[in-house]
Amino acid sequence: MRVIIVGAGQVGSSIAESLDDDHEVVVIDTDDSRVESLTYSLDVLAIEGDGTSLATLREADVGAADLFIASTDDDETNIVTCATAKTASDAFTIARVRSTNYLQTWEESGGAFGVDFMVSTNLLAAETITRVIGLPAAQNVDVFAEGSVLLAEFCIPANSPIAGQTVAEADDQFNELTVAAVLHEDGLIVPDGETKLATGDEIVVIGSAESTRAFAADLATDRDENRDVIIIGGSQIAVQTAELLGERGLQPRLIERDPERARELAERLPQTTVMSSDATDREFLTREHVGDADVAIAALGADEKNLLASLLADRVGVDRTIAVVESAEYTDLFEAVGVDAAINPRDATAEEIIRFTLDGRMENVAIIDHDRAEVLEIQIDDDSTLAGQPITDATDDLPARVTIGAITRDGEFITPRGDTVVEVGDHVVVFVETEVVDAVASRL
Amino acid sequence: MAVRVDVRTSASLLGVVLQALTVPLAALVGVAALYGDSLLPFVVPTLLSLAVGTGLQRFERSAPGPREAFLLVALAWLAVALVGTIPFVLTGAGVFASPANALFEAMSGITTTGATVITDFGLHSRSILLWRSVLQWLGGLGILVLAVGLLSELSVSGAQLMETETQTQDVTKLAPKIAETARLLGGIYTGLTGLMVVVLLVLAFGGLAPALSLYDAIAHALTAVSTAGFSPEAASIGAFSPAVQWATIPFMFVGATNFVLLYYLLQGDPSRLRASEEFRFYLAIVLGATALVAISLFVNGRFGTVETTLRHALFQVVSIVTTTGYATVDFDLWSPLSRHVLFVGMFVGGMAGSTTCSIKTVRWLVVLKSFRRDLFTAIHPEAIRPVRLTGSPVEESTIRDIYTYTLVSVVIFALLTVFVVVDTTWSAAALSEFEAMGAAASTFLNIGPAFGFAGPYGSYAGFPVATKLVMTILMWIGRIEIVPVLVLFTRAFWRS
Repeated sequence: MRVIIVGAGQVGSSIAESLDDDHEVVVIDTDDSRVESLTYSLDVLAIEGDGTSLATLREADVGAADLFIASTDDDETNIVTCATAKTASDAFTIARVRSTNYLQTWEESGGAFGVDFMVSTNLLAAETITRVIGLPAAQNVDVFAEGSVLLAEFCIPANSPIAGQTVAEADDQFNELTVAAVLHEDGLIVPDGETKLATGDEIVVIGSAESTRAFAADLATDRDENRDVIIIGGSQIAVQTAELLGERGLQPRLIERDPERARELAERLPQTTVMSSDATDREFLTREHVGDADVAIAALGADEKNLLASLLADRVGVDRTIAVVESAEYTDLFEAVGVDAAINPRDATAEEIIRFTLDGRMENVAIIDHDRAEVLEIQIDDDSTLAGQPITDATDDLPARVTIGAITRDGEFITPRGDTVVEVGDHVVVFVETEVVDAVASRL
Repeated sequence: MAVRVDVRTSASLLGVVLQALTVPLAALVGVAALYGDSLLPFVVPTLLSLAVGTGLQRFERSAPGPREAFLLVALAWLAVALVGTIPFVLTGAGVFASPANALFEAMSGITTTGATVITDFGLHSRSILLWRSVLQWLGGLGILVLAVGLLSELSVSGAQLMETETQTQDVTKLAPKIAETARLLGGIYTGLTGLMVVVLLVLAFGGLAPALSLYDAIAHALTAVSTAGFSPEAASIGAFSPAVQWATIPFMFVGATNFVLLYYLLQGDPSRLRASEEFRFYLAIVLGATALVAISLFVNGRFGTVETTLRHALFQVVSIVTTTGYATVDFDLWSPLSRHVLFVGMFVGGMAGSTTCSIKTVRWLVVLKSFRRDLFTAIHPEAIRPVRLTGSPVEESTIRDIYTYTLVSVVIFALLTVFVVVDTTWSAAALSEFEAMGAAASTFLNIGPAFGFAGPYGSYAGFPVATKLVMTILMWIGRIEIVPVLVLFTRAFWRS
C-alpha cells in the first residue's frame, strides 16, 4: 500500500514509524529539519513542501497513493490538503482535526470536504480520559471486541493486595483476566506464571470488562468508583470530557479562569457546574471542597500548567489526578512525579489512523508504551497458525512469543488458558512486542 | 436639541390603523341596522376614523425605528380606545351618560381587560353590546401581532424570552417577514374564534345550550380566545348551561397559550409544546390553583355535586389566570381561601406570545429559576450557572429586564391600590382594602372582575371618576407592557 502522510509532527511520525516496514510511505512536511531527520530514522521518502500545494502532492505521486493522511497541527490545513489530494487521486483520505465543529459537519454531511475519514484529536482524548475515569487506578484503557474486552495499564500501588503475588496467582484470582506485560524501568517483560508483581510495577492486563473492573477495584482498595469529577481548565478536551461525563449521568465541576469563557462553557454544558476561578487559588479550592473529589482532570491547554494543577489537586487531597500532556516525552515524567495518569491526545489519534492501514482480518490495534508493543485484535481464519489447536501448541509454532489476552466467540468472552482451542471465526486479542509484530501478525 | 423621533412616520402608520378600524365599525353599522338600533353611534366613528386615518396616513413615512414603533404602539391603543368610546357616548344610555364611563368601557375593551361599568344590561342595544366584544377581539389580535412582531423587533424582554422558549432563533423567523408571521398567527386566532362559534352552535342545536343564540355564540367567541371577558349577559357565562361553561374553558386556556407553539402543534409537531417549560408551568399553576379552590369549595359544601364544584373551580381559575374575566357564579361570595387564590392568580397570567395580559408565566418562571440560581451561588460564589428555559440559556440582561418589569408591575399595583383606597374613602364609597387591591390588580393587569361591588356580577360604575380615569390609563399602560408608554416620558426618547 502506498501511504502519503502530510505533517511529520508527533502523530505523523508515529504513524510513519508503524507503517514503514510493510508499506511504501511518503511523508511531506514544511520543516526541512524534520524532513531530514525522518529520512535518516525511518525507511520512508520524506519530501519538504506544502501539502496544500498540488505541485508538492504530485511530487509525492499522489495519483498512485492508496491512503492519504493529513495530520498537521492545523485543522484547516488538513482539510484543504485532503480536498486538494482528492482532485488528483482516488486515495482514501484521512484528516486529523481538533475542532469538533468540522467533525460534526463532516458526520452530518456524510463526508464533506473530500475527507473520507475524520479523526478528532480532542474527542479521542476525551474518550480516553472518560475510559480511564471509568476504571479506578488505570493509567490507560482501550476497548476491543466492541467493548467486551478491555485493555488496561495499571501501576501497582503500595499495600495493594496484588503486590508480591506471582502472575499465576493473580490470573487465578481473576478468572477472565490475563497479565500481558510488566513494564519495568529497564524494559518490557512478557511474564510467565512465576513472574512476581511488585509495588511500582506497571502492568498491562487484558480481560473481560467485568473482570478488569473487579481487578481495578481490588488493586486500589481505597478508591471507589469515580463519581465526583473536577475538570481544571476550559480547553476543547475539557469541554468534550465534560460532555461525555454528562452523557454518562455524572455532574462534573469545571474550573475556568476567564469569566467569559466560563459563561460560554456553562451555557454549553448543562450537566456541568462551571466555576470561574483560578485553579491555583488554595482558598477557593478549600472553600469548594475540591479535595473531596474522586478525580481531577487537568486540561488547561499547556503541559506545565497541567502538571502544576494536578500536583496541587493531589496536594489538597484529590484521590486521583489525570493530566493532559501534549508532548509525548513528558508522559513518563508526569507519572513519575505523581500524576496518576498522563494522557497524550496524539497517541489515541495515531492509533485510530493506524487502524485504517490494517489488513482485512485485523480489526483493532493499541500501541503500548511508546510503541514498544502492540495489542492487536484479529479474526481467525483457516490459514491461522492458531486455528484448531490448543494455545500452548500454537504459540510454539510461532516465530516469536505472543500473549493471547482474550478470545471472543459469537460475542461471548472466553478466557484463554494453555489448553484452550481457538476456532475459526474467533476474535483474538494478542499482545506482541513491536519488533516481532510483522513476523508474527502474518501467521496469526 | 432637535426632536429625534420621526413623529410623521408614527402618525402615518397610526393613520393606517385607524383606516383599518373603519372595517369593523362599518360592520357594526350593518349589525345596528339588523337589530333596528340607531345607526348614528357607528356611522359617526366610521366616518371620523376614515377621515382622520386618511389624513394622518398621508404624512411622509420612512422605515420606522424602535422609537417610532414605541410611539405608534402607545398611540394606537389610545386612539382606538378614543374612537371606540364614541358609540357609547353617542347612545348615552344608562351609565354611558358619563363620558368617563364610556372611555373606561372602551379602554377596558381594547385592552382585553373586561372590567365593565354597565349596571343594567337591559338598557343597552344589541349592537352596542356586540361592539364591546368586537373591541376586545381587535385588542387580542393587536396584542398578538405586537407580541410576535413588533416587540421582538424592539427587544422588549418578554419577546426575547419567547425566542428562547419557543426555541426558534428568532420568533419572526417562523416566516421570513413579520407581516407573514402576523398573518399566520392572526389566522390561528381567527380560526380558533370561528371554531368556538361552531362548537357553541353545535351545543345549541344538540339541545345542550337552550339559552344560547347565534348572537351569544359570536359575542362570546370574540371575547374568549382574546382572553378578554366581556359578555352581553349580566350573569356572564353563568347565564348558559354547564355544557357551554365546559366548552368555554379550553378556548380561554388556548388563548393564553403561546401562539407560536400552537402554530407548530397545528403543523403536526406537538414536541415543542410538550417540551416547553413555560407551558408545563402554566398548566401546573392552573391545575394547582384549581385543586385548592375545589377543595375549599368542597369543604364548605358550596355546591351539591362534584361536577359542579370542579366546573366552577376550574372555570374561575382559568378565567382569572388567563386574564379573561368571565364568571359562571359570583365567586366574590366564596371562602377567603378561594378568593385569595383567585386574587394571587391575577398576577400570574398565561404564556408569553398569546393574547393574555398580566405579568405572564414566563417572567415568573425566570424569576423563580434565577432566584434558585442565586441561592446556589450564595454557597458557591464562583459558580457560573446560566438560567435555562427549556434547555436554552437566558441572557443575564434579559433576566435583569424581567426582574425590573416584575418589580415595576408590583409597585404600580401597590400605588394604584393606595390611590383607589384614598379616592374612594373621600367619595364615601364602601370598599375594603382587599377589594381595592382586587380592583387595582384587575384593571392594571387587565383581568376584569374583582371583588366587592366590582365583583364578577358587579360594576366599576361605583368608583369615583378620578379612580376610573386613573384605572383607564393604567389599563392602557399595563396592556402594552408598560415600556412603550413610560418610555415616551423619558428625555432620552425625544432627544438624540
